[in-house]
This record gives sequence, C-alpha cells and structure tokens, in this order.
Amino acid sequence: MPESGLTWTVYDADKMTQREIYGAVLADLGDKHPEIVGLSADLAKSTKIGTFGDKFPDRFFNFGIAEQNMFAVAAGLAKAGLTPFVSTFSAFASMRACEFVRTDVCYQNLNVKIIATHGGTSFGSGGATHHATEDLSIVRAFPNMKLVVPADAIETAHAVIACMRTPGPVYVRIGRGFEPRVYEKTEYDFEIGRAVEMKPGRDITVIATGVTVFHAVQAAKILEADDKLSVRVINMHTIKPIDRDAIMKALTETRRIITVEDHNYIGGLGAAVAEVIAESGKGCAFQRVGIPDCFISHGYPEDLMNLYGIDTDGIVAKVRDVMGREFETDEDWEDEV
Amino acid sequence: MALTSQERTDLKRIGREIRETIVDVTGWSGGAHIGGSLSMTEIVTILYWKYLRIDPKNPKWEDRDRFVLSKGHGGVGHGVVLCKRGFFDFKHLEEYNHTDSMLGMHLDSKKVPGVEVSTGSMGHGLGEAVGLALGARVLKKDWRVYCVIGDGESNEGSIWEAAMAAAHYKLSHLIGFLDRNRMMIDGPTEEVMSLEPVADKWKAFGWNTRVVDGHDLDALADAIEAAQAHTGSPTMIVCNTVKGKGVKFMEDDPAWHYGGLNSELVQKAKASIAEM
Repeated sequence: MPESGLTWTVYDADKMTQREIYGAVLADLGDKHPEIVGLSADLAKSTKIGTFGDKFPDRFFNFGIAEQNMFAVAAGLAKAGLTPFVSTFSAFASMRACEFVRTDVCYQNLNVKIIATHGGTSFGSGGATHHATEDLSIVRAFPNMKLVVPADAIETAHAVIACMRTPGPVYVRIGRGFEPRVYEKTEYDFEIGRAVEMKPGRDITVIATGVTVFHAVQAAKILEADDKLSVRVINMHTIKPIDRDAIMKALTETRRIITVEDHNYIGGLGAAVAEVIAESGKGCAFQRVGIPDCFISHGYPEDLMNLYGIDTDGIVAKVRDVMGREFETDEDWEDEV
Repeated sequence: MALTSQERTDLKRIGREIRETIVDVTGWSGGAHIGGSLSMTEIVTILYWKYLRIDPKNPKWEDRDRFVLSKGHGGVGHGVVLCKRGFFDFKHLEEYNHTDSMLGMHLDSKKVPGVEVSTGSMGHGLGEAVGLALGARVLKKDWRVYCVIGDGESNEGSIWEAAMAAAHYKLSHLIGFLDRNRMMIDGPTEEVMSLEPVADKWKAFGWNTRVVDGHDLDALADAIEAAQAHTGSPTMIVCNTVKGKGVKFMEDDPAWHYGGLNSELVQKAKASIAEM
C-alpha cells in the first residue's frame, strides 16, 4: 500500500465520480479510524457518505432535512473526541447551516470535516436554489477553516485522506459527477496548502481550481499549438491557506495571471490570488474568470460552464485577451511617482 | 431520593451566594444578562452541587458529565457557578468583560475551564448536546448530558431540529431544562411569539416531559432523579421560573434581561436576595 494509504488508483477513479470515490475512501478510512463518524441530512445517497453508513451503521447518523442541527451535532461529536465527516450539498453546508459551521465548528476549532458535494454549477439542472457559486467566498472568511477544491476523483481521494492528518475544520468542495480526469498517476505530491503545477510555462499562468483545472490544461494545449504560447497551469486545490509561493513564482516568472473557478468571481480563488498579488506590490496583468456575479440559469453543467466562460473555450479567449493587454512594469511607476 | 434537610439548607445558601455574586459582577463589569441568570440559579446550583459528575480540578476528565448552557447569555450566572464550584480563581470574575480576559458575556469553551461548548447565539447548544450524547453512545461511555435552554431561545427552529433528533435517537442520557421565565428582550414570550402549550410541544416531539417550579429545589431533585431513571427517550424538565428571581425590583421585568447596576442598586439587590 502506498504511503498515502490510498487503496484506489486513477484507473478506478476514472470510472468514479468525485462523490463515489469519496464514499469509498471514507469507508476504507473507517476501518483504520474508529473515531470517524458520518453525518447526513437526507443526502446519504446523493453525497455518497451512505457508503460509509452502510459499512458502519453504528457510526452513521442521519438528521433528516435539518442541516443546522446536523452541524451543531457534529460539533458535539467532535467535542466528545470523535472525527465527524459531514456531507450535504455545498449550497446547504455553506448557506443553510452557515452560522453553525462558523460558530459551532470554526469558532471552537473542532475536528469536523465537511465534504460538500454538488459545488459550483455541477447541479446544473437544479437551478439557483441548488447551485453553490458563493460557498468558497463564504467559507473562506471563517477563521480556522481550511478550504480544498479537488480537481478530479483521484485528488478527491487524496483530499479526504489528507483531512485525517489535518487537525481542525476542513471544507472539501466536490462536484455532482462526471468530473474529467486530470491526473495521469495515482500518486503525486498532494498536500493541503501546496499548489500543484500541472504544466510549466513562461508567458502566462492560469491558476485554476476544481473542475476548471481540466479545462485550464486543455486550454493551455490549444494555446501552445495555435498561438505558440507557453502557458503555465497551476492547480490551486487549496484556496485557504493559499499557496503564496506558487503565486509569487508565477507572478515573477510570467507576469500575466488569470484565475479560473466554478464560482462567483467575487470572494473565491480569484480574490485570494488577487490579495496576494496586490499585497506583493508587484505589477502584473491579471484577470479573474468565474461566474459574473449573477444567479445562473439551469442547464447541463457543461453548457453552463461554456455559457459563463469558465470552460476550455472561455479560458482560451480570456488568455488571448490578457496576452494583448498592457500593464505597467515596476520601471513605469518611477515616472509617475 | 428527596433532598436531606442539610442538602436543602446548603443548596439554598449556595443559591443565595451565587445570586449575590451575580449582582456584584453585574455591578463591577458595567452590565450583564442578569435576569436570565437569576431565573436559572436553582437549576444550575442543584446540578453543579449535587448531580453533575465532575471534577473541578480536572475539568477535562474523560468520564465527566457534560453540561451545556444553550441559553449562552446566561454566561454571567454560569461563570459565577463555575468559579464557586472551584473551576477557577475569583480574580477572573473581577476581570469579567475586561478586554482579553477569560470571562465575557458569552463563555468561550477554549478559554474557560468547565465550559463544554461555546454558546451565545440562540439555538445552537441543544444540538451540540445531542452530539455529546451521541458521542457517549459511539464511545460506549456512560456520561450524561445536561442542557439548559431558554424559552425565548425556543423560537429558533434549530431547537426543534435538535428535539426531533434527540427523540429519534432515543437519547435518554440527555436531560434538558427549559428555563421558562416567560420573558424575552422585547417583552413577555406570549406577546412576542407564543410558545404555549410548550410542555405539550416537548411531549409531542417525543420527549419525556415534566413541569416543575424551577425555584423549588425538591421538585427539581425529584424531576432530575426521575429523568436519570427514565429510559427510551430524552427528558425535558419545563422549569417555571421568574426572570430576575430574588431581586424584587427586577422580577418579571423584561428591562432586566440585560442591565447595569450602580452601587446603590447593588446594595438594594443584595438586600432583596438576603430576604429569600
């Protein structure tokens, strides 16, 4: 067994959604960790935490459609010394139960792991009531919280395992299903808080998270072939704590950065990267790409991502736009001060 | 087992001392949630001096009973009780509300020895108590969980979510107390948002329910011992209380939900308590 303890491979993951591999990995972890308990709010099947529940019925609790109480109970279970994994849709984890996550879990810095499914536009047909395009922004503002958005199924497996070696609250945001595979190998250097360079590049850096990492890699290939551009792609799977070093390296070496996320462009990955850049005092051509601060329509997730410009086509267009943009270098500033 | 006359005398004395200290802290701290702290005084006194399995010198003792003050604005009352029960030094009460001191309006479980759960926002503590009770079951521990909720707090939907869950999971080792002082910030509970018939509500939610005079130590003792012996469902003891109990000029006046006391009022309040 590899050092990570992962019993699943990319080949297994290829046939599984992020949710499915989450359920399977958690059920595996349950053998080694009797302190793990599972909590659901009538979404055991939808979130796949039910896989754990089927295996460990005495350590699994359904609370019905009552998310606030579920997070309060999770806090109590953590206070008792257990490690609750709590799953519901991202919209409900971040908004319906918002204050319970903040005050019961984060304020007391409890060992509660939130695996929030159906993130971003992935619940396409569900419409605005079920889309979670604000959750990263909301949860990022909670002290003590770590915020992870895995790119594909195998990264979800790594993230779930990493939860167990990361004390305190963690919010892992995954999709509804059919997340395209990004990684070729099962084992790579996954660590919460450290970005993964998916592709080297000199001309521009695309910093993506979650399902948009796949599209960023595809866009980079198109841009290299058609535009002769050298595009660096960074998978910023952890939005908090953000990997400042990866951002500063990209800023220094490529001087052009775009961020891409399946989320409102306000408050999530783009904002976290922008904060690092702004506070560095260094100039850079910069563009956030995300949902343009609106409630999006219902539809197939692929169509929605295309419609709002957060898929391969949208990234290609935005990179071309940013490549043509002027920005002031450090020297330019000398004249104006 | 009913209280012995010695126990009754002792608990009454301790209750008076707690009330006096609540008044003192309210005076020197500039203001506190005094009304609801005085209404729950007998409930917390009998728990901390008779029924809770705790060790103030070892507040993290694994097998201790868990007490959750879901009505977290009773923090001044809970803080006084913990101090008098020996969890920490009196100087912390003197520093109540000081910037970065140990004790503030709502007690922080990471700072205050003996506080299991950080409460303050309404409708959170009962759910956390449910979690502590479920935790005992998973870990095969025999600790009990005692939780005091407020009546104004009972407007929160999350209280009833927790009520459903506790009954569903048959948490008979969870014993709740409703501090039914009938007052909330904006006035009487039945004017602001009707709760009655509140005992019937708890029964309908599947709780073993009993109504007592929340200032009657013998009635509380009977109810707690019956709850401890009860199996198959959680217990809610609806405690009819008086907001501001013991301080005549505060009793039943919602204005004393939160307030400050100058030295004259401190003396007046203490004189009133002495007559209890």
